[in-house]
Amino acid sequence: MSGVRVLVGTRKGAFTLESDGKREKWEVNGPHFGGWEIYHLKGSPADPNRLYASQSTGWFGQLIQRSSDGGKTWEPVGNKFVYDGVPGTHQWYDGTPHPWEFKRVWHLEPSLTDPDHVYAGVEDAAIFQTSDGGQNWTEMPGLRGHGSGSKWTPGAGGLGLHTIVLDPSNLKRMFIAISAAGAFRTDDGGATWKPINQGLRSEHIPDPTAEVGHCVHRIAMHKSRPNTLFMQKHWDVMRTDDAGESWREISGNLPTDFGFVVDVHAHDPETIYVVPIKSDSEHFPPDGKLRVYRSKSGGEEWEALTKGLPQQDCYVNVLRDAMAVDSMDSCGVYFGTTGGQVYASKDGGDSWMSIVRDLPAVLSVEVQTLK
Amino acid sequence: MIRVTLPWHLRNLARTDSEVVLDVSGEITQRTVLDALEDAYPMLRGTIRDHVTSKRRPFLRFFACEEDLSNELPDAPLPDAVAKGTEPFMVVGAIAGG
Repeated sequence: MSGVRVLVGTRKGAFTLESDGKREKWEVNGPHFGGWEIYHLKGSPADPNRLYASQSTGWFGQLIQRSSDGGKTWEPVGNKFVYDGVPGTHQWYDGTPHPWEFKRVWHLEPSLTDPDHVYAGVEDAAIFQTSDGGQNWTEMPGLRGHGSGSKWTPGAGGLGLHTIVLDPSNLKRMFIAISAAGAFRTDDGGATWKPINQGLRSEHIPDPTAEVGHCVHRIAMHKSRPNTLFMQKHWDVMRTDDAGESWREISGNLPTDFGFVVDVHAHDPETIYVVPIKSDSEHFPPDGKLRVYRSKSGGEEWEALTKGLPQQDCYVNVLRDAMAVDSMDSCGVYFGTTGGQVYASKDGGDSWMSIVRDLPAVLSVEVQTLK
Repeated sequence: MIRVTLPWHLRNLARTDSEVVLDVSGEITQRTVLDALEDAYPMLRGTIRDHVTSKRRPFLRFFACEEDLSNELPDAPLPDAVAKGTEPFMVVGAIAGG
Protein backbone atom coordinates (compact mmCIF):
# COMPACT_ATOMS: atom_id res chain seq x y z
CA MET A 1 0.00 0.00 0.00
CA SER A 2 1.27 3.46 -0.77
CA GLY A 3 1.97 5.96 1.93
CA VAL A 4 3.78 9.10 2.89
CA ARG A 5 6.71 9.70 5.20
CA VAL A 6 7.41 13.26 6.33
CA LEU A 7 10.95 13.95 7.57
CA VAL A 8 11.13 16.80 10.04
CA GLY A 9 14.29 18.46 11.32
CA THR A 10 13.94 20.60 14.44
CA ARG A 11 16.03 22.60 16.88
CA LYS A 12 16.04 19.63 19.25
CA GLY A 13 15.92 16.49 17.17
CA ALA A 14 14.51 14.71 14.14
CA PHE A 15 11.06 13.22 13.68
CA THR A 16 9.40 11.04 11.07
CA LEU A 17 5.67 11.32 10.50
CA GLU A 18 4.06 8.45 8.64
CA SER A 19 0.65 7.84 7.14
CA ASP A 20 -1.00 5.58 4.64
CA GLY A 21 -2.23 6.90 1.32
CA LYS A 22 -5.29 8.46 2.91
CA ARG A 23 -3.10 10.89 4.87
CA GLU A 24 -5.64 11.21 7.66
CA LYS A 25 -3.99 9.44 10.60
CA TRP A 26 -0.34 10.03 11.34
CA GLU A 27 2.19 8.21 13.45
CA VAL A 28 4.84 10.44 14.98
CA ASN A 29 8.23 8.81 15.55
CA GLY A 30 11.04 10.45 17.44
CA PRO A 31 12.80 12.37 18.65
CA HIS A 32 15.88 10.97 17.03
CA PHE A 33 19.11 12.65 18.19
CA GLY A 34 17.24 14.47 20.97
CA GLY A 35 18.78 17.76 21.96
CA TRP A 36 20.69 18.21 18.69
CA GLU A 37 19.87 20.67 15.94
CA ILE A 38 18.78 18.83 12.82
CA TYR A 39 19.10 21.35 10.05
CA HIS A 40 17.97 18.90 7.39
CA LEU A 41 17.20 15.28 6.64
CA LYS A 42 16.32 13.82 3.30
CA GLY A 43 15.73 10.47 1.63
CA SER A 44 17.34 9.10 -1.49
CA PRO A 45 15.09 9.18 -4.57
CA ALA A 46 16.81 5.96 -5.65
CA ASP A 47 16.17 4.10 -2.38
CA PRO A 48 13.51 5.52 -0.06
CA ASN A 49 14.84 3.56 2.90
CA ARG A 50 18.14 5.40 2.68
CA LEU A 51 17.99 8.64 4.66
CA TYR A 52 20.62 11.16 5.62
CA ALA A 53 20.48 13.68 8.46
CA SER A 54 22.58 16.69 9.36
CA GLN A 55 23.04 16.79 13.14
CA SER A 56 24.94 19.52 14.96
CA THR A 57 25.35 21.53 18.12
CA GLY A 58 27.63 24.30 19.25
CA TRP A 59 29.15 21.90 21.77
CA PHE A 60 30.06 18.92 19.62
CA GLY A 61 30.08 20.24 16.06
CA GLN A 62 28.77 18.44 13.02
CA LEU A 63 27.65 14.84 12.58
CA ILE A 64 26.05 13.10 9.64
CA GLN A 65 23.65 10.26 10.35
CA ARG A 66 22.53 7.62 7.85
CA SER A 67 19.60 5.25 7.97
CA SER A 68 19.07 2.24 5.72
CA ASP A 69 15.65 1.30 7.07
CA GLY A 70 13.58 4.41 6.56
CA GLY A 71 14.59 6.10 9.78
CA LYS A 72 14.02 3.30 12.29
CA THR A 73 17.73 3.02 13.05
CA TRP A 74 20.63 5.33 12.33
CA GLU A 75 24.40 5.17 12.24
CA PRO A 76 26.88 8.04 12.30
CA VAL A 77 29.01 8.28 9.18
CA GLY A 78 31.77 10.67 8.18
CA ASN A 79 31.75 14.20 9.57
CA LYS A 80 35.04 15.54 8.26
CA PHE A 81 34.35 18.56 6.06
CA VAL A 82 37.66 20.11 5.10
CA TYR A 83 37.90 22.79 2.44
CA ASP A 84 39.97 21.94 -0.58
CA GLY A 85 43.51 23.33 -0.59
CA VAL A 86 44.25 26.62 1.11
CA PRO A 87 40.81 27.85 2.20
CA GLY A 88 41.42 31.54 1.46
CA THR A 89 39.07 34.27 2.61
CA HIS A 90 35.63 35.70 2.02
CA GLN A 91 34.43 39.12 3.05
CA TRP A 92 33.49 39.64 6.69
CA TYR A 93 30.73 41.93 7.96
CA ASP A 94 33.18 44.80 8.37
CA GLY A 95 34.52 44.43 4.86
CA THR A 96 37.76 42.75 5.88
CA PRO A 97 38.91 39.36 4.55
CA HIS A 98 37.86 36.48 6.79
CA PRO A 99 39.12 32.89 6.58
CA TRP A 100 36.63 30.27 5.46
CA GLU A 101 35.57 28.26 8.50
CA PHE A 102 33.35 25.20 8.42
CA LYS A 103 30.40 25.59 10.78
CA ARG A 104 27.60 23.21 9.81
CA VAL A 105 25.76 21.37 7.06
CA TRP A 106 22.60 23.21 6.09
CA HIS A 107 21.29 20.92 3.38
CA LEU A 108 21.77 17.34 2.18
CA GLU A 109 20.71 16.47 -1.36
CA PRO A 110 20.96 12.79 -2.29
CA SER A 111 21.68 12.00 -5.93
CA LEU A 112 18.69 11.17 -8.11
CA THR A 113 20.22 7.83 -9.12
CA ASP A 114 22.70 6.59 -6.50
CA PRO A 115 21.81 6.22 -2.79
CA ASP A 116 25.48 6.47 -1.83
CA HIS A 117 26.04 9.77 -3.63
CA VAL A 118 25.00 12.86 -1.71
CA TYR A 119 25.69 16.57 -1.98
CA ALA A 120 26.03 18.74 1.12
CA GLY A 121 25.61 22.49 1.29
CA VAL A 122 27.57 23.95 4.18
CA GLU A 123 28.37 27.14 6.10
CA ASP A 124 30.76 28.87 5.35
CA ALA A 125 29.37 28.43 1.88
CA ALA A 126 30.67 25.48 -0.08
CA ILE A 127 29.36 22.31 -1.62
CA PHE A 128 30.72 18.89 -0.68
CA GLN A 129 29.90 15.45 -2.00
CA THR A 130 30.25 11.85 -0.94
CA SER A 131 30.15 8.79 -3.16
CA ASP A 132 30.43 6.20 -0.40
CA GLY A 133 27.27 6.77 1.57
CA GLY A 134 28.63 9.59 3.68
CA GLN A 135 31.83 8.03 4.96
CA ASN A 136 34.07 10.51 3.15
CA TRP A 137 33.26 14.03 2.01
CA THR A 138 35.21 16.12 -0.48
CA GLU A 139 34.65 19.69 -1.52
CA MET A 140 33.68 20.59 -5.08
CA PRO A 141 36.09 23.51 -5.14
CA GLY A 142 34.96 25.08 -8.40
CA LEU A 143 32.13 26.89 -6.63
CA ARG A 144 34.17 28.61 -3.95
CA GLY A 145 36.89 29.11 -6.52
CA HIS A 146 34.55 31.13 -8.66
CA GLY A 147 36.07 34.57 -9.07
CA SER A 148 33.50 36.18 -6.82
CA GLY A 149 34.12 33.94 -3.79
CA SER A 150 36.33 36.43 -2.00
CA LYS A 151 33.47 38.97 -2.16
CA TRP A 152 30.78 36.79 -0.62
CA THR A 153 29.55 38.23 2.67
CA PRO A 154 27.44 36.40 5.24
CA GLY A 155 23.87 37.43 5.87
CA ALA A 156 22.54 37.70 9.41
CA GLY A 157 22.04 33.93 9.45
CA GLY A 158 25.55 33.18 8.26
CA LEU A 159 27.18 32.41 4.92
CA GLY A 160 25.21 29.24 4.32
CA LEU A 161 24.78 27.21 1.15
CA HIS A 162 21.22 26.16 1.85
CA THR A 163 19.65 25.14 -1.44
CA ILE A 164 20.71 22.42 -3.89
CA VAL A 165 18.45 21.62 -6.84
CA LEU A 166 19.35 18.78 -9.21
CA ASP A 167 18.23 18.76 -12.83
CA PRO A 168 16.58 15.40 -13.56
CA SER A 169 17.05 15.84 -17.30
CA ASN A 170 20.75 16.60 -17.11
CA LEU A 171 22.75 15.02 -14.31
CA LYS A 172 25.63 17.42 -14.89
CA ARG A 173 23.49 20.46 -14.15
CA MET A 174 22.61 21.68 -10.69
CA PHE A 175 21.58 24.90 -9.05
CA ILE A 176 22.58 26.15 -5.61
CA ALA A 177 21.83 29.23 -3.51
CA ILE A 178 23.86 30.98 -0.84
CA SER A 179 22.94 33.62 1.73
CA ALA A 180 23.98 36.28 0.92
CA ALA A 181 25.81 35.63 -2.34
CA GLY A 182 22.99 34.51 -4.63
CA ALA A 183 22.24 31.66 -7.01
CA PHE A 184 24.77 29.68 -9.06
CA ARG A 185 24.57 26.97 -11.70
CA THR A 186 26.94 24.31 -12.93
CA ASP A 187 26.57 22.57 -16.29
CA ASP A 188 29.58 20.30 -15.95
CA GLY A 189 28.88 18.31 -12.82
CA GLY A 190 30.28 20.89 -10.45
CA ALA A 191 33.66 21.59 -12.02
CA THR A 192 32.74 25.17 -12.87
CA TRP A 193 29.93 27.45 -11.76
CA LYS A 194 28.41 30.72 -12.89
CA PRO A 195 26.32 33.21 -10.92
CA ILE A 196 22.75 33.35 -12.21
CA ASN A 197 21.40 36.51 -10.64
CA GLN A 198 20.54 38.62 -13.67
CA GLY A 199 17.22 40.31 -13.01
CA LEU A 200 17.41 40.17 -9.24
CA ARG A 201 17.17 43.52 -7.54
CA SER A 202 18.15 43.93 -3.88
CA GLU A 203 17.87 47.40 -2.41
CA HIS A 204 19.87 46.48 0.68
CA ILE A 205 23.17 46.08 -1.21
CA PRO A 206 25.23 48.94 -2.66
CA ASP A 207 24.59 47.92 -6.26
CA PRO A 208 21.02 46.56 -6.31
CA THR A 209 21.67 44.61 -9.51
CA ALA A 210 25.13 43.28 -8.67
CA GLU A 211 26.30 39.97 -10.08
CA VAL A 212 26.57 38.53 -6.55
CA GLY A 213 25.42 39.61 -3.10
CA HIS A 214 21.70 38.79 -3.30
CA CYS A 215 20.07 37.08 -0.35
CA VAL A 216 18.32 34.18 -2.02
CA HIS A 217 16.19 32.24 0.45
CA ARG A 218 15.01 29.26 -1.58
CA ILE A 219 14.70 27.89 -5.13
CA ALA A 220 12.22 25.29 -6.36
CA MET A 221 11.83 23.38 -9.63
CA HIS A 222 9.26 21.07 -11.15
CA LYS A 223 10.96 18.00 -12.55
CA SER A 224 9.13 18.28 -15.87
CA ARG A 225 10.43 21.81 -16.50
CA PRO A 226 14.02 21.99 -15.35
CA ASN A 227 14.65 25.36 -17.03
CA THR A 228 11.92 26.98 -14.95
CA LEU A 229 12.86 27.90 -11.41
CA PHE A 230 10.95 29.77 -8.75
CA MET A 231 12.78 31.78 -6.11
CA GLN A 232 11.83 33.28 -2.80
CA LYS A 233 14.38 36.01 -2.37
CA HIS A 234 14.79 38.02 0.85
CA TRP A 235 12.25 40.34 -0.69
CA ASP A 236 10.57 39.39 -4.00
CA VAL A 237 9.29 36.16 -5.47
CA MET A 238 11.06 35.54 -8.78
CA ARG A 239 10.87 33.23 -11.78
CA THR A 240 13.22 32.19 -14.56
CA ASP A 241 12.38 30.16 -17.65
CA ASP A 242 15.91 29.95 -18.99
CA ALA A 243 17.72 28.13 -16.19
CA GLY A 244 18.61 31.30 -14.37
CA GLU A 245 19.97 33.37 -17.24
CA SER A 246 17.32 35.97 -16.46
CA TRP A 247 14.78 36.38 -13.67
CA ARG A 248 11.56 38.33 -13.46
CA GLU A 249 9.47 39.23 -10.47
CA ILE A 250 6.16 37.41 -9.95
CA SER A 251 5.21 38.76 -6.51
CA GLY A 252 2.00 40.21 -7.99
CA ASN A 253 -0.75 40.61 -5.41
CA LEU A 254 1.01 38.97 -2.46
CA PRO A 255 0.41 40.87 0.80
CA THR A 256 4.18 40.93 1.29
CA ASP A 257 6.86 39.41 -0.87
CA PHE A 258 9.23 38.65 1.99
CA GLY A 259 9.41 35.01 3.02
CA PHE A 260 11.52 31.91 3.02
CA VAL A 261 9.81 28.94 1.36
CA VAL A 262 8.67 28.33 -2.18
CA ASP A 263 7.58 25.04 -3.71
CA VAL A 264 5.87 23.64 -6.79
CA HIS A 265 2.82 21.36 -7.05
CA ALA A 266 3.84 17.79 -7.88
CA HIS A 267 1.66 17.50 -10.98
CA ASP A 268 1.17 21.06 -12.20
CA PRO A 269 4.37 22.98 -12.90
CA GLU A 270 2.50 26.30 -12.95
CA THR A 271 1.06 25.89 -9.46
CA ILE A 272 3.36 27.26 -6.80
CA TYR A 273 3.24 27.99 -3.08
CA VAL A 274 4.80 30.58 -0.77
CA VAL A 275 4.20 31.65 2.81
CA PRO A 276 4.42 35.45 3.02
CA ILE A 277 6.15 36.78 6.12
CA LYS A 278 5.59 40.36 7.20
CA SER A 279 9.13 41.67 6.85
CA ASP A 280 12.79 41.05 7.51
CA SER A 281 12.36 43.01 10.72
CA GLU A 282 9.32 41.05 11.91
CA HIS A 283 9.65 37.37 11.10
CA PHE A 284 5.98 36.43 11.46
CA PRO A 285 2.92 36.36 9.21
CA PRO A 286 1.07 39.60 8.47
CA ASP A 287 -1.89 40.35 10.76
CA GLY A 288 -1.26 37.26 12.88
CA LYS A 289 -2.78 35.08 10.13
CA LEU A 290 -0.90 32.06 8.85
CA ARG A 291 -1.67 31.93 5.14
CA VAL A 292 -0.17 29.90 2.36
CA TYR A 293 -0.47 31.67 -0.97
CA ARG A 294 -0.97 29.64 -4.12
CA SER A 295 -0.61 30.75 -7.69
CA LYS A 296 -2.03 28.52 -10.40
CA SER A 297 -0.59 30.71 -13.12
CA GLY A 298 3.09 30.46 -12.31
CA GLY A 299 3.06 33.66 -10.30
CA GLU A 300 1.60 37.19 -10.33
CA GLU A 301 -1.94 36.06 -9.39
CA TRP A 302 -2.05 34.59 -5.89
CA GLU A 303 -4.83 33.30 -3.66
CA ALA A 304 -4.72 32.96 0.10
CA LEU A 305 -5.20 29.44 1.48
CA THR A 306 -6.52 29.63 5.02
CA LYS A 307 -8.87 26.72 5.70
CA GLY A 308 -7.52 24.88 8.74
CA LEU A 309 -4.72 27.37 9.40
CA PRO A 310 -4.76 29.76 12.38
CA GLN A 311 -6.21 33.12 11.37
CA GLN A 312 -5.58 35.04 14.55
CA ASP A 313 -2.76 35.51 17.02
CA CYS A 314 -0.31 33.45 14.99
CA TYR A 315 3.27 34.70 15.08
CA VAL A 316 5.36 31.78 13.89
CA ASN A 317 7.83 31.70 11.02
CA VAL A 318 8.25 29.14 8.26
CA LEU A 319 11.93 28.63 7.49
CA ARG A 320 13.45 28.10 4.07
CA ASP A 321 13.72 24.31 4.05
CA ALA A 322 10.41 23.74 5.82
CA MET A 323 7.99 23.13 2.91
CA ALA A 324 7.64 20.10 0.67
CA VAL A 325 5.10 18.29 -1.51
CA ASP A 326 4.22 14.65 -2.00
CA SER A 327 3.38 13.10 -5.36
CA MET A 328 0.17 11.27 -4.49
CA ASP A 329 -2.61 11.62 -7.08
CA SER A 330 -3.99 14.52 -5.11
CA CYS A 331 -0.81 16.45 -4.35
CA GLY A 332 -0.05 16.86 -0.65
CA VAL A 333 1.63 20.02 0.62
CA TYR A 334 3.42 20.18 3.97
CA PHE A 335 5.15 22.85 6.00
CA GLY A 336 6.55 23.27 9.49
CA THR A 337 6.72 26.32 11.73
CA THR A 338 9.03 27.72 14.33
CA GLY A 339 6.17 27.09 16.75
CA GLY A 340 6.58 23.35 16.26
CA GLN A 341 3.52 22.68 14.13
CA VAL A 342 3.59 20.61 10.98
CA TYR A 343 0.65 21.33 8.70
CA ALA A 344 -0.47 19.14 5.83
CA SER A 345 -2.89 19.55 2.98
CA LYS A 346 -3.94 16.51 1.00
CA ASP A 347 -5.84 18.55 -1.57
CA GLY A 348 -3.16 20.80 -3.01
CA GLY A 349 -3.63 23.48 -0.38
CA ASP A 350 -7.41 23.87 -0.35
CA SER A 351 -7.60 22.72 3.28
CA TRP A 352 -5.07 22.05 6.01
CA MET A 353 -4.71 20.03 9.17
CA SER A 354 -1.95 19.89 11.74
CA ILE A 355 -0.19 16.54 11.84
CA VAL A 356 1.59 17.44 15.05
CA ARG A 357 1.44 20.66 17.03
CA ASP A 358 4.12 20.83 19.69
CA LEU A 359 7.49 19.85 18.28
CA PRO A 360 10.56 21.98 18.82
CA ALA A 361 11.00 24.75 16.25
CA VAL A 362 10.90 23.17 12.81
CA LEU A 363 13.94 23.77 10.63
CA SER A 364 13.17 21.51 7.69
CA VAL A 365 10.41 19.38 6.17
CA GLU A 366 10.87 16.81 3.43
CA VAL A 367 8.36 14.30 2.10
CA GLN A 368 8.76 10.83 0.70
CA THR A 369 5.95 9.30 -1.33
CA LEU A 370 6.18 5.57 -0.74
CA LYS A 371 4.83 3.26 -3.43
CA MET B 1 44.02 1.38 32.03
CA ILE B 2 42.72 4.92 31.54
CA ARG B 3 39.24 5.95 32.59
CA VAL B 4 37.40 8.60 30.57
CA THR B 5 34.01 10.10 31.32
CA LEU B 6 31.99 11.66 28.55
CA PRO B 7 29.06 14.10 28.49
CA TRP B 8 25.62 12.62 27.98
CA HIS B 9 25.35 13.36 24.25
CA LEU B 10 28.71 11.77 23.50
CA ARG B 11 27.90 8.70 25.58
CA ASN B 12 24.77 8.30 23.49
CA LEU B 13 26.71 8.78 20.29
CA ALA B 14 29.33 6.22 21.30
CA ARG B 15 26.59 3.93 22.64
CA THR B 16 28.28 3.54 25.97
CA ASP B 17 26.41 3.95 29.22
CA SER B 18 29.10 4.80 31.66
CA GLU B 19 32.78 5.48 31.99
CA VAL B 20 34.95 4.41 29.05
CA VAL B 21 38.05 2.36 29.83
CA LEU B 22 40.98 2.54 27.44
CA ASP B 23 44.36 0.94 27.04
CA VAL B 24 46.81 3.71 26.23
CA SER B 25 50.43 2.99 25.50
CA GLY B 26 53.31 5.36 26.11
CA GLU B 27 53.04 8.64 27.93
CA ILE B 28 49.60 9.55 29.20
CA THR B 29 48.65 12.95 27.79
CA GLN B 30 45.51 14.62 26.51
CA ARG B 31 46.59 13.76 23.01
CA THR B 32 47.33 10.06 23.60
CA VAL B 33 44.15 9.58 25.61
CA LEU B 34 41.96 11.30 23.04
CA ASP B 35 43.69 9.48 20.18
CA ALA B 36 42.93 6.17 21.92
CA LEU B 37 39.36 7.27 22.61
CA GLU B 38 38.78 8.15 18.96
CA ASP B 39 40.37 4.90 17.79
CA ALA B 40 38.00 2.94 20.01
CA TYR B 41 34.99 5.12 19.17
CA PRO B 42 35.50 6.60 15.68
CA MET B 43 32.13 8.33 15.77
CA LEU B 44 33.60 10.73 18.35
CA ARG B 45 36.11 12.13 15.87
CA GLY B 46 35.50 15.82 15.40
CA THR B 47 33.16 16.10 18.38
CA ILE B 48 35.80 16.80 21.04
CA ARG B 49 38.63 18.16 18.91
CA ASP B 50 38.43 20.01 15.63
CA HIS B 51 39.21 17.73 12.69
CA VAL B 52 41.72 20.12 11.17
CA THR B 53 43.39 21.89 14.06
CA SER B 54 42.96 19.17 16.72
CA LYS B 55 42.07 21.97 19.14
CA ARG B 56 39.54 21.36 21.91
CA ARG B 57 36.09 22.48 20.85
CA PRO B 58 35.28 25.75 22.64
CA PHE B 59 32.33 24.53 24.72
CA LEU B 60 34.10 21.44 26.08
CA ARG B 61 36.43 21.31 29.07
CA PHE B 62 38.86 18.71 30.36
CA PHE B 63 38.87 18.08 34.11
CA ALA B 64 40.79 15.60 36.27
CA CYS B 65 41.67 15.35 39.94
CA GLU B 66 39.59 18.44 40.66
CA GLU B 67 41.65 20.52 38.26
CA ASP B 68 40.73 22.21 35.00
CA LEU B 69 43.24 20.91 32.47
CA SER B 70 41.48 22.42 29.46
CA ASN B 71 44.24 24.84 28.60
CA GLU B 72 47.16 22.54 29.29
CA LEU B 73 49.29 21.65 26.29
CA PRO B 74 48.00 18.51 24.56
CA ASP B 75 51.32 16.73 25.05
CA ALA B 76 51.70 17.62 28.73
CA PRO B 77 51.56 14.56 31.02
CA LEU B 78 48.23 14.04 32.77
CA PRO B 79 48.20 13.61 36.56
CA ASP B 80 49.56 10.31 37.92
CA ALA B 81 46.14 9.39 39.27
CA VAL B 82 44.75 9.49 35.72
CA ALA B 83 47.70 7.51 34.37
CA LYS B 84 47.20 4.89 37.09
CA GLY B 85 43.45 4.72 36.51
CA THR B 86 42.46 5.79 39.98
CA GLU B 87 40.88 8.99 38.70
CA PRO B 88 39.01 9.56 35.42
CA PHE B 89 39.87 12.04 32.69
CA MET B 90 36.64 13.97 32.35
CA VAL B 91 35.34 15.49 29.13
CA VAL B 92 32.74 18.00 30.26
CA GLY B 93 30.22 20.02 28.27
CA ALA B 94 30.21 23.64 29.31
CA ILE B 95 27.04 25.00 30.84
CA ALA B 96 25.89 27.54 28.30
CA GLY B 97 22.69 28.97 27.03
CA GLY B 98 21.10 30.06 30.31
